[in-house]
Amino acid sequence: MVNYSERLDRTFAALVDPTRRAILARLEREDGASISALAQPFAIKLPAVMKHLDVLDDAGLITRSKVGRTVTVRLRPQPMREALDWLRRYERFWSNSLDRLAAYAESKEAEARKNRR
Amino acid sequence: MTSLTLVRRIKARPSIVFDALTTAEGIASWWGPDGGPVLVAETDPQVGGRFRVRFRMLDGSEHESSGEYLEVVKPERLSMSWRWTGGAEDPGESLVEIRLRAVAEGTELTFTHSRLHDEESRRSHEEGWNGALDKLERHFLATERSFP
Repeated sequence: MVNYSERLDRTFAALVDPTRRAILARLEREDGASISALAQPFAIKLPAVMKHLDVLDDAGLITRSKVGRTVTVRLRPQPMREALDWLRRYERFWSNSLDRLAAYAESKEAEARKNRR
Repeated sequence: MTSLTLVRRIKARPSIVFDALTTAEGIASWWGPDGGPVLVAETDPQVGGRFRVRFRMLDGSEHESSGEYLEVVKPERLSMSWRWTGGAEDPGESLVEIRLRAVAEGTELTFTHSRLHDEESRRSHEEGWNGALDKLERHFLATERSFP
């Protein structure tokens, strides 16, 4: 459970940064991009891009593989899926609870109207 | 910013919805993700007062959450701090905010559960990663389809 929580921390920390989110969004459109292609749209230097990629890699959100002189970056779905599942648990909890809250309040409203008559 | 917002339109006046949200009897009748029973419902709906709710799910597991009322304005606003207690679930404190607005058919309830993760995401931009998640989710769904 601690590991799970730590993994989530890493995933969310990685997602906090807009440049890293842009990199992930780019990979979503074009999985298997080279590092130079990924760096190209940003007004930051290559070493800074490499640092962002390190963070994404540590969080398990990407993998890097080297063929010849080209490093190819790919998305890795598992941590993101865990983060989504985690968020969905809250959504399920509240969505179902609020549906029942609505039904309860509506029955109370009907009761109040009946008593007033 | 990790947050969740849900909106419901309820055919009941705001004061009745507010009572359903804040009384022990009300909470005992709706709190929880499935039809399982609420075992403990304690509330003290005033600023600085606390709530504690324990429920059992249909799978037999029991969960408890508690927190402090931060804002209690009957019948329109309710906020409270929120955390899971006594379990291995998310350890951090988060924020629940509920707004009730009178509409023709009754009440529009806007529910927000925010600060759902660590300090770092809390300080981050409000817009952003939920949208990023949506996009990436599409990607992963597509991936799952192509590699069943």
